Amino acid sequence: MVTTPLLPSDYLDLVSPLRAGADLRGRIEAVHPETADAATIVIRPGRGWRGHTAGQYVRIGVDVDGVRLWRAYSLTSPTNRQDGRVTITVKAIPDGKVSNHLVRRAKPGTLVQLDQAAGDFVLPQATPAKVLYLTAGSGITPVMGMLRDTEFDDVVMVHCAPQPQDVIFRDELHDLVADKKLRLTEVHTDTDGMLDIARLGELVPDWAERETWACGPAGLLDAAEEHWSRHGVQERLHTERFRPGIVVAGDGGEVTFSATGKTVDADGATPLLDIGEQAGVLMPSGCRMGICFGCVTPLKAGAVRDLRTGELTEAEPGVLIQTCVSAAAGPCDIER
Amino acid sequence: MTAIDPTAHLTAEQIEELGRELDAIRDEVIAGRGEKDAAYIRKVIAAQRKLELVSRGVLLFSMFPPAWLIGTAGLSVAKIMDNMEIGHNILHGQWDWMRDPKIHSTTWEWDHVSPADQWKHSHNELHHTYTNVVGKDNDLGYGIMRVDEDQKWHPFHLGQPLWNFINACFFEYGIAAYDLELGKNLNKRRRKNPEFRARARAVGRKIRKQVLKDYVIHPLLSGPSFLPTLAATFTANLVRNIWSHSVIMCGHFPEGVQVFERRSIEDETRGQWYLRQMMGSANISGSKAMHFMTGNLSHQIEHHLFPDLPSNRYAEVAVKVRALFEKYELEYVTGPLPKQVFSAWRKVFRLSLPNKKREVGTPDREQELVAA
Repeated sequence: MVTTPLLPSDYLDLVSPLRAGADLRGRIEAVHPETADAATIVIRPGRGWRGHTAGQYVRIGVDVDGVRLWRAYSLTSPTNRQDGRVTITVKAIPDGKVSNHLVRRAKPGTLVQLDQAAGDFVLPQATPAKVLYLTAGSGITPVMGMLRDTEFDDVVMVHCAPQPQDVIFRDELHDLVADKKLRLTEVHTDTDGMLDIARLGELVPDWAERETWACGPAGLLDAAEEHWSRHGVQERLHTERFRPGIVVAGDGGEVTFSATGKTVDADGATPLLDIGEQAGVLMPSGCRMGICFGCVTPLKAGAVRDLRTGELTEAEPGVLIQTCVSAAAGPCDIER
Repeated sequence: MTAIDPTAHLTAEQIEELGRELDAIRDEVIAGRGEKDAAYIRKVIAAQRKLELVSRGVLLFSMFPPAWLIGTAGLSVAKIMDNMEIGHNILHGQWDWMRDPKIHSTTWEWDHVSPADQWKHSHNELHHTYTNVVGKDNDLGYGIMRVDEDQKWHPFHLGQPLWNFINACFFEYGIAAYDLELGKNLNKRRRKNPEFRARARAVGRKIRKQVLKDYVIHPLLSGPSFLPTLAATFTANLVRNIWSHSVIMCGHFPEGVQVFERRSIEDETRGQWYLRQMMGSANISGSKAMHFMTGNLSHQIEHHLFPDLPSNRYAEVAVKVRALFEKYELEYVTGPLPKQVFSAWRKVFRLSLPNKKREVGTPDREQELVAA
């Protein structure tokens, strides 16, 4: 009543954006280069941060050229870090707006929007006796979070990167190897060629006995899933995908964003998230690859197609869709 | 409508070419929107909030005349900033591209008795679409005045200088009533319409909150300064109302601004729409501070051409738009605030009386068309 039409928090945000009770935000405190195209971002999260489990990711909203963009990145800091900071490690991908911004242009002092940590690419309560990490590129980031957090009895890592200097955390990994805390095989794909998963046994003879966490490009994960299934040990394989899967497109349709009062034509291949953003609709978003559920929105009418599977979802009361991996399948109404 | 069509010398192709040139200006700004613009609006919002906070703080001691004066001045400026440079422009969607849910046309609410969503409908959808079309754009005299010879005279208009003055003093209530289309909706049948009643209730709730804040809670918080604070907030609201009314009058009412017939917008092309906005709006010249305090509505012509471009860009756009006016030999109506306010008021007085005979006929125009 005192501050209508604003809320008292609108004024408190001016002086204390990280206080308890505020929307969850963080402040970038440092940016440490890791490789030529990767960097670790040190973030002090607001008081509302509830902590994370090693291997989880965090959704982060960054203003790039004045536009708020949300992405999900793996947390790489140990869960018991004394100063309460967390880190994410980001690899700049070609044309990646957020990743390039964070790696090359992010400045200490900048506020970012955060969500609570999420994801089930984590270790079970009891640490398995024998562990295998199969990673490629930036797929090493959630695994690094686990390695920093947990003492393993027997852990093997197979990591693929184009060249030695592209291996993120290389020095730290080699220190672990020197301390006999880790057995590491680096596959340098520029010289060694791509990892042939069928020959994994040559690198790790007891791979099938190991509880395995794999993270990397879709090709590696698809091959791993097939390999583990063929040997009947698929329950030992845990994967985390950083890119959306295969695109299945159909016919589009007219999309109505009923809360905003906008109607636009959409093709059958473009995610509704992109369609909405282009139309100026305030769309929630997150990983943009169908894993984090930061973008779920009620489907009021019509039907949408899941771009990963081709599966159709029709409107019913209570039906929520992931707009980042759904495209129009005929006319539809999205409640935004 | 003036007797002579000031755009008669343009061919259809020229008008479409003009449209393309304006599109290019717009595209250039959109391509260049970025971090600096975002920093600008965040800075303005933060400054407004701090100014309001400090002013209301000072008013707690408003029984001391210097505190009253400083607090009232500060609060007046804060309210003007809220309505003009911040509220009006955010509600136009000028900052939606930032995708910040806290600075977005669908979530913003302003220090004004008309709820944001109702204002957006009557202003963005009706006024900006049907700009200066007689019978379609209710902003032409707000339904209580006659501001063009083409609008039919009625004895009610004899009082319009007074209506306009009252409207200026209580402008935010005038706008709320206008957004509700009270004039049309108060007859017996429409009054019972559930949709209208829901909107009226929403306005009632907004008024209650605003009044409670300005005239009950803050005066009570001031304790012994109750009455001076009450007077201060009333004054600040009055100053804001008269200021925004004056600025907005300058947008479409000064002499030289054209109005259009309903028929003229049938099958209107993009170029013709642009041309109508150019001829139907007027600017205010002045310093940077003047542009800021008018919410950049001093660049009314540019705002009407590109209602959703960020307001901080209108000044640079104005240079290019003005060059186009010259290129196409069109009149760019502009002048200092006192001159434009005077011009608009003179029209309000003049048109309170029926048209003089010589202004009704259109032989001049026909001659012009033949000549063209």
